[in-house]
Amino acid sequence: MGKVAKSPWIMHYDASSCNGCDIEVLACLTPVYDAERFGVINCGDPFQADILLITGGVNKQNAPIVKQLYDQMAEPKVVCAIGVCACTGGIFKECYNILGGVDTVIPVDVYIPGCAARPQAILDGVVKAVGIFQQKADEMDKNKKMKPAPQAAPVEEKAEEAAEPVVQAAEPVAEAAEAVEEKAVEAGKEVVAND
Amino acid sequence: MMGINPMIFKIVGIVFFIVLAPFIGGFLEGLDRKISARMQGRVGPPIRQPFYDVRKLLSKEKIFVNKAQGFLLASYLVLMVFSGAMLFGGYDILLCVFVLSTAAAFLYFAASVTSSPYSSIGATRELIQMMAYEPAVLLTCVGFYLVRGSFNVQTIVQGPIATILYLPGFFVAFVFIMTIKMRKSPFDISTSHHMHQEIVKGITTDMGARNMAIFQITEWYENVFLLGIVAMFFLNKNPWSLLAAIIAILVVYFIEIVIDNTNARITADHMLKLTWIVTGVTAGLNLVVLMLIRLF
Amino acid sequence: MQVVPFLICFPMVIALLMFIIRADKVRNVIAYLGAVITMALVGLLVVQWIQGGCAAMDLYVETEIVDHIILVGDLIVMVVILIYCIKYRRFLISLLSIVPTIIVAYVELAGPKMTPMAHIHVDHLSILMCLIVAVVGGLIIIYSMGYMKGYHEHHKDVQDRRHYFFMVEFLFTGAMMGFVMTDSLFWLILFWEITSLSSFLLISYTRTEEAMTNAFRALWMNLVGGVALSIGVVLMAMATAYPSLQGLIWMGQMDGGQSVITLTIAFMAFASLTKSAQMPFSTWLMGAMVAPTPSSALLHSATMVKAGIYILFRLAPAMSGTATGHMIAIIGGFTFFTASVMAISQTDAKKVLALSTISNLGLMVACAGVGQPEAIWAGIFLMIFHAVSKSLLFLDVGATENSTHSRDIESFHGLLYRAPKLAIYMFIGIVGMFLAPFGMLISKWAALRAVIDGNNLLLIIFIVFGSATTAFYWTKWLGKLISQPYRDADVSKKINDVTKGDENISIGIHAVLMVALCVLFPVLSIFFVDPLLVEQFGQATQALPTGLLYILIFTVCLVFLVPFIARSAGKNTDKSMKMSYMNGINTGANTEFVDALGNPKQLELANSYFVNAAGLKRWMAPCQMIALVVLIIMMSIVLGGVV
Repeated sequence: MGKVAKSPWIMHYDASSCNGCDIEVLACLTPVYDAERFGVINCGDPFQADILLITGGVNKQNAPIVKQLYDQMAEPKVVCAIGVCACTGGIFKECYNILGGVDTVIPVDVYIPGCAARPQAILDGVVKAVGIFQQKADEMDKNKKMKPAPQAAPVEEKAEEAAEPVVQAAEPVAEAAEAVEEKAVEAGKEVVAND
Repeated sequence: MMGINPMIFKIVGIVFFIVLAPFIGGFLEGLDRKISARMQGRVGPPIRQPFYDVRKLLSKEKIFVNKAQGFLLASYLVLMVFSGAMLFGGYDILLCVFVLSTAAAFLYFAASVTSSPYSSIGATRELIQMMAYEPAVLLTCVGFYLVRGSFNVQTIVQGPIATILYLPGFFVAFVFIMTIKMRKSPFDISTSHHMHQEIVKGITTDMGARNMAIFQITEWYENVFLLGIVAMFFLNKNPWSLLAAIIAILVVYFIEIVIDNTNARITADHMLKLTWIVTGVTAGLNLVVLMLIRLF
Repeated sequence: MQVVPFLICFPMVIALLMFIIRADKVRNVIAYLGAVITMALVGLLVVQWIQGGCAAMDLYVETEIVDHIILVGDLIVMVVILIYCIKYRRFLISLLSIVPTIIVAYVELAGPKMTPMAHIHVDHLSILMCLIVAVVGGLIIIYSMGYMKGYHEHHKDVQDRRHYFFMVEFLFTGAMMGFVMTDSLFWLILFWEITSLSSFLLISYTRTEEAMTNAFRALWMNLVGGVALSIGVVLMAMATAYPSLQGLIWMGQMDGGQSVITLTIAFMAFASLTKSAQMPFSTWLMGAMVAPTPSSALLHSATMVKAGIYILFRLAPAMSGTATGHMIAIIGGFTFFTASVMAISQTDAKKVLALSTISNLGLMVACAGVGQPEAIWAGIFLMIFHAVSKSLLFLDVGATENSTHSRDIESFHGLLYRAPKLAIYMFIGIVGMFLAPFGMLISKWAALRAVIDGNNLLLIIFIVFGSATTAFYWTKWLGKLISQPYRDADVSKKINDVTKGDENISIGIHAVLMVALCVLFPVLSIFFVDPLLVEQFGQATQALPTGLLYILIFTVCLVFLVPFIARSAGKNTDKSMKMSYMNGINTGANTEFVDALGNPKQLELANSYFVNAAGLKRWMAPCQMIALVVLIIMMSIVLGGVV
């Protein structure tokens, strides 16, 4: 199977973010950063998207929406949590309605911390996500050849695994970023350096 | 060119279309994206980007919303290929156009079969688009018939001089509706190619992975088909007219890109009115002139 | 050839029986037999005709007694109309019947002695019309037995007068048979008036105020046509003493538009416009929708409206290139376009069918007006396809209405899953109407070519724009049928399909006929329509090149094979089903979403109807005015050319 990495189509969802990160995400698509040179298209439709860029800490109301959008994406798919809120809940961590991080709902592949995450970091994160995307595609390909596709484990289980509160955040961003890193290392996931 | 069996030309034309049209269509789309990016001061994706996209879409997990989607889209593709093959094989142009509109009807079915809000709105708009461009397409065929006395493509492209000299008005009308057919900006109302618009991805909203790839490939076939009709305005007995036709195709495509990049989308009703007026005025006037020439 | 008078009289006798017998079961059996025997008789006629080498037959030269019977018939029809007009106080309308009848009677009794002539003329066109009337008309009668039973179960307020309904249906069938086989113009007038009268009787079946208004509208419009027809016939009879339809065509081709013959042709063409509901007269057909479905089917698709088309096709060789021909072509093209625009705005299935009928008739009329063999070829095919598919659609919509209690197209959403059989029939009917490569498409192809050859600029514009609008309303309807239904429950709990046995038989045969026509139409073209044209024009034109034929056959195969292959190929691949996209708030059933309060909310989708832009209110009256003005101007030109 060919390289899928050359055509990562993204979808962007705001799961109760303060909009800071969203503005930065959109900034990436402007001529200044020109994400399309990597083949990135912001398609806004889960059926066609490969990479889900998600911002905000996910509240109780939009958790099922996040889950549904994720479900509607075709395998292989990659999730990038953008901004510290999406990574851990960030400054909203203790709010009554915030679940605290996207990985409480769906499995996350790339954590991009920052408040707000800078376009350079986002682009870097997307490039890493693309790598994972290719890797997943190759794995799927291999599985297909070996035996009839074992489907990925149901989302709920994964979410539960990751749902344990790893860090008590609501602290300065730098610390949160460290916490993110710890958590990601545990899970063997990618983290983008936020300089 | 004299001694060769005309059947060979037909076969070459058909094979040329079926095999090469997707590559030409994809290449032109890549060029389109590159040029658009440059117009916006960006670097833009590589020219082969559309092929990467389709390859990826094909390699993904096959997803669908309604079981019928797949075969309706397959019908769309097959009918489109068939009508294009008829055109490049030199058969009857009016029939090609009829089969083309049948193909478009299948796209409508594929989108409306899911009963999902966004693709249904897209489908309705697609239908309005069909209504808007159909007269111009049929009139183009009428124009060819008036000049060459036949709907047969082979006869039309082998006339003494280029038909564009007789049919400038028809040409304008046709290029105008090509903006609709190629889903370019002021009239890109059923798919909304460009990101984040009110109907998400319109008619293609519920198409993912392989379905989307089929749609994409069909679009390429369709674009080549349309450009083939553009070429018919220029082709004649003189072999050099082929060069003129290719240049014309590139110019027309470039014009479409410019239009795409300089216009905001308009509403469906507005599009319908505008298209019919432009068709009526340009093609209609040309028709009157042609009729007068024929009568006197 | 004893079968010809029998064919005309037999349905009339059955009509009488229908009126007398009041026991449902007995009546149904007789009606069934009557319809089947009529078909068999036509079959016999066809066999005899083929044995005679498919040559045109001229029969019954000496018919003095019958002539008198016909005259008495004229008077009876006049009296019936008079009675209704007096009962409902529409006195002016009665004049439209009295005046022409008296003039005709006077000419027949005191006018010049007529030259001996054949009174019955059977040729390809007559045979075709007989087949349509007997087969489609017969099937409609069979259908109406089941339908009317269901109708009266639903509409308790309407008095059960089925005996009357069946009587009119058979009367009408007999009259149509006579109409298409007679060569005597005086006979033609009687059959014409009977069809007008029976359309009035069928529309007024429910006797509500609306029904009566619409019925009288239909009556006066048709009577205006009758007046024109009578004037034309009388003029010709006075001038030539040879009131023969064949003679008229023959003389029409000879003279240069300078004589009474031209006038007769113009008047007859005008009369046909009223009968086939062309533009200034379209409203009667819209109003006819209040009647029970079988009568709409009978009036619209199979027969009544085809009477006008039949006359125009007959006259086509004589009209070609004359001012009358241009008038007919322009009016037809205009109707084709405007009626299809109006059809866009309608959600009522029967109204859409009515408008699309008017529109398609317009195309046929335009073909007749162009008058070249190619155009008539297209027109004949349009007529055949239209008769079967429209009848199928009307009957199916009627059955659907009885089952779902609605005939709103919006309520047909997902009908394919809820009432599969009805939806599939509907699908066949619609697809046969407009989608490549079936049916009407190829006719449109030929029509367009003929029109361009005829240098008819306006007509080109009308056809080109009209075919765009036609595609719009049909595709919209088809999309509705195949959409996924709103509730999952709808799929498991199908609509209670209350279609009766008779209805199913009739609709099923229609569908089979439709498919057979689509598949066999090249055969039909070679063995029937081409000889028909030779007979009419004296020359053969192959309207359908062989290359095209192969392409069409190939397309048919594609359209059928692709879904089949795609389905079987798709079986083995692993796919996963997803919910449709609703911004992530799909509740899971694809038919509901979560609203702002967190409750599930039903999704409802509607098509685009351009109610303001394409509505009846905005278009009908102005179009009628325009058509009327055009008609008056063109008629004046024709008159001016003669006087």
